[in-house]
Amino acid sequence: MAKLLYFGRLGDLAGTLEETLDLPSDIETAGDLRTWLDLRFDADGALLEPTVRIAVNNEISFDTTAVSDRDEIAFMPPVGGG
Amino acid sequence: MLRISDAVIDAPALLRAFEASTGDAGAIVTFSGQVRPTASDAEVTSLFLQAYPAMTEAGIREAIEAATARWPVSEPLVVHRTGEMVPGDTIVFVAVAARHRRAAFEAADFLMDYLKTQAVFWKRENTDQGSTWIEPRSADYQDAKRWK
Repeated sequence: MAKLLYFGRLGDLAGTLEETLDLPSDIETAGDLRTWLDLRFDADGALLEPTVRIAVNNEISFDTTAVSDRDEIAFMPPVGGG
Repeated sequence: MLRISDAVIDAPALLRAFEASTGDAGAIVTFSGQVRPTASDAEVTSLFLQAYPAMTEAGIREAIEAATARWPVSEPLVVHRTGEMVPGDTIVFVAVAARHRRAAFEAADFLMDYLKTQAVFWKRENTDQGSTWIEPRSADYQDAKRWK
């Protein structure tokens, strides 16, 4: 099971801060996951915005970064500062 | 030293403890940031701050290391609050000690610029006009560029 985290406004969109799920077998990269989730949440591109960064296991990653069911994957809109 | 939690920040108590820990430093600069009662044209009823603890802490620790590498200061103290807050609550407290004031002022200013623009926090303002997630002001980015 992968752990997915949605921060800031993405949490409102996903309806939750975190969830665990089995990734569909055709999802190999963070980019695949982003595209799949955007459709799943009917987010109309909000998850595809280049300013939304993805962290895989606490490391800022790229759309080409591989993801698997053992990972913690966070979707992070621009940070608002303290 | 770094502490991020949803506990109330008692700035005077933190300053007293910091003074006691820094011995004969000579100069101490502190900054307290408080939740403002107004935003644009709206009245703020509460503020919600969200962190991604592992990444938020790693980033702030790096900023603390950068400050101590750049200025002759002792280990700075950064205390940041998360969760739900109301206007007047202290949201952040930074303390820096040095032999002379200039280094302490500059290192504290540098740390605050990091905290205001790059620290991994998401902020939602609840006002009498509704609730919005806030992103950095362009002025905050300009401030942070001063240290490049």
